[in-house]
Amino acid sequence: MSDSLINDLVNPVEPFLRSDRIPHIWCPGCGIGTTVNSFARALIDSKIDLRSLALVSGIGCTGRVAGYVKLDSFHTTHGRAIPFATGLKLANPKLNVVVYSGDGDLSAIGGNHLIHAARRNIDLKVICVNNLIYAMTGGQTAPTTPDHSTTSTNPYGVFEPSFNLPHLVEAAGAVYVARWTTFHVRQITKAMSEAFQKKGFSFIEIISPCPTLYQRRNKMGDALDAMKYYKEKSKVRHGAPTSEVGMTMTGEIIVGKFVDRERPDYQTMMRAQYTESLGERYVEEPEMVCDCS
Amino acid sequence: MKADPKGVLTGIHFMDGDHACCEGALAAGSRFASGYPITPSTEVVERFAARVPTVGGAFIQMEDELAASITLQGAVWAGAKAFTVTSGPGFSLMMEHIGYAAMTETPCVFVDVQRGGPSTGLPTLPAQADMMQARWGSHGDYEIIALCPNSPQECFDLTITAFNLAEEYRVPVMFMMDECVGHMTEKVVIPPAEQIEVVPRRHTKKSVEDYLPYGTNGDLVPEMAHAGDGYNFHVTGLTHDERGYPDMTLPTQDKLVRRLQNKILNAVDRITMTEEEQIDGADVVVISYGITSRVAQRAIEAARKKGLRVGKLRLITAWPFPEKKIRELAAKVKAFVVPELNLGQMVREVERAAAGQAKTFAVSHAGGGVHNPEDILKVIVEASRCRTV
Repeated sequence: MSDSLINDLVNPVEPFLRSDRIPHIWCPGCGIGTTVNSFARALIDSKIDLRSLALVSGIGCTGRVAGYVKLDSFHTTHGRAIPFATGLKLANPKLNVVVYSGDGDLSAIGGNHLIHAARRNIDLKVICVNNLIYAMTGGQTAPTTPDHSTTSTNPYGVFEPSFNLPHLVEAAGAVYVARWTTFHVRQITKAMSEAFQKKGFSFIEIISPCPTLYQRRNKMGDALDAMKYYKEKSKVRHGAPTSEVGMTMTGEIIVGKFVDRERPDYQTMMRAQYTESLGERYVEEPEMVCDCS
Repeated sequence: MKADPKGVLTGIHFMDGDHACCEGALAAGSRFASGYPITPSTEVVERFAARVPTVGGAFIQMEDELAASITLQGAVWAGAKAFTVTSGPGFSLMMEHIGYAAMTETPCVFVDVQRGGPSTGLPTLPAQADMMQARWGSHGDYEIIALCPNSPQECFDLTITAFNLAEEYRVPVMFMMDECVGHMTEKVVIPPAEQIEVVPRRHTKKSVEDYLPYGTNGDLVPEMAHAGDGYNFHVTGLTHDERGYPDMTLPTQDKLVRRLQNKILNAVDRITMTEEEQIDGADVVVISYGITSRVAQRAIEAARKKGLRVGKLRLITAWPFPEKKIRELAAKVKAFVVPELNLGQMVREVERAAAGQAKTFAVSHAGGGVHNPEDILKVIVEASRCRTV
């Protein structure tokens, strides 16, 4: 094969990545890169205007996604990706804002923001890569760590119940809730594309392997074993009641689209309320973007 | 550029400091605020919530101060001028995001209407005990700007200044009010929009190819782009290079952190504002700020009636501290008297800057009220008797 032919071979997701930042920091077998691949393909499929797209991450392994995508991207503080994204969206409603972060970031330190953004139905697409553990800091217990797992901070086994995130965000008001694993790369892409079409708070949980910490410590093998586990134990149940999709350490993983409903988003409700109360005195918010001349 | 008339409530008003602060923000072009209720600061955003839908903007009440203090930064990166408002306990919760704003060079304003602490402390009586926290509260090395209004009129005027400084230096500006100034009602004159100077965002005019998000020009302040402009820029609280990319190396850390300091320290003379009265020939200079400067005024006048040569130096800018001015003054006077509503915060800076050339007397107060002018007068008298060092 000639050089020119080799040079013509460009991975379709490459235009969406900051190639000058590769190699990335993720471990061999980590699932986060897989989710980014699916995300890039969702951008292709949905033909979304990339200029209007902003991506916000918190802190942790998944928090580093913001640094690898060739978009306006913000690596914020631990747990606060959602409120930062809320500010972006409210100040420029034309932006499509994606929050891309991990389970610890979004549901522990950021848990309060997660439920309130869902309650307000802020138009955000939240992608939660759930590796069941705090990985960046060395394998500590997360709110999502299944019962009986061993972690560096529960060396004798986790005994506190874990969060069922789809159930949590549905109860809080999310309009779109889905869960897949990194085995389901096409389904992830489809779910992301669907979420781009929704107006309101969308939440996609992606169960993702952490061979370095979670699996090694729990003698669950390597990344390939994780794929086998996801393949064998995942059960697709679209529309499953989210109260029934809680995870256990070795049991079934219920995946699918659980919630897809309509509810007016925050800005729609805000405009309606101001219009009703203020009438002609109301000035819509896009004018807030400052004159930078 | 001149203020947008839509946000300017031109006229002569009778309003309190909190409301005047809100009007200052609107006049400065702020169209976004995120907040969490806390007395004695909430009136600022209550007024903003009522006013902003009529001028084109938004207020959102967030679930806590952690959220409020970063929601506004998202709004800034989308193009808005934005602020949040709080008091002591909330200010404590906001510290992480003051650091984030400093590190990412996000221009924004944090209003702190100070009340007595520590902890829940004295809701809702005055103090000036957050002055060191405003400077040092977040971890790591960084510089901020802090302003101290002493009247509702200044709550209006200096809020505009706060936004302008934030834009000029791309730095979070602390607006250090106190409960007295916030709840005091006085005449506030709001000039016509064409008389209000507003500093626009340092938005880049470079092409996407030429733009370096944290590349700097001679004055050490980089140019911004906004989300949606097509620059595909990256912002991180990690140590970053000129591209905005994480680079956790010693040279990058050294270069970045020193620049964050120097962009403010090199401009101290341009940033700092003081009010002086009868400084020349004074034996004693009373240094104060905020509400205490007005209480001290009475003590200063009483001391002059006794024949004492007393000067007044009011810190309108507390941070960066006007170190050079104090040092030069210390060579000429016998002593400084520093009354403040805390057990000794800015007085330490005065003492440090004086460096033994003049004596420094604190007039401390645990907060909850203002000083009795007699207490300040006593210390002025004592200070004027001290020997020159």
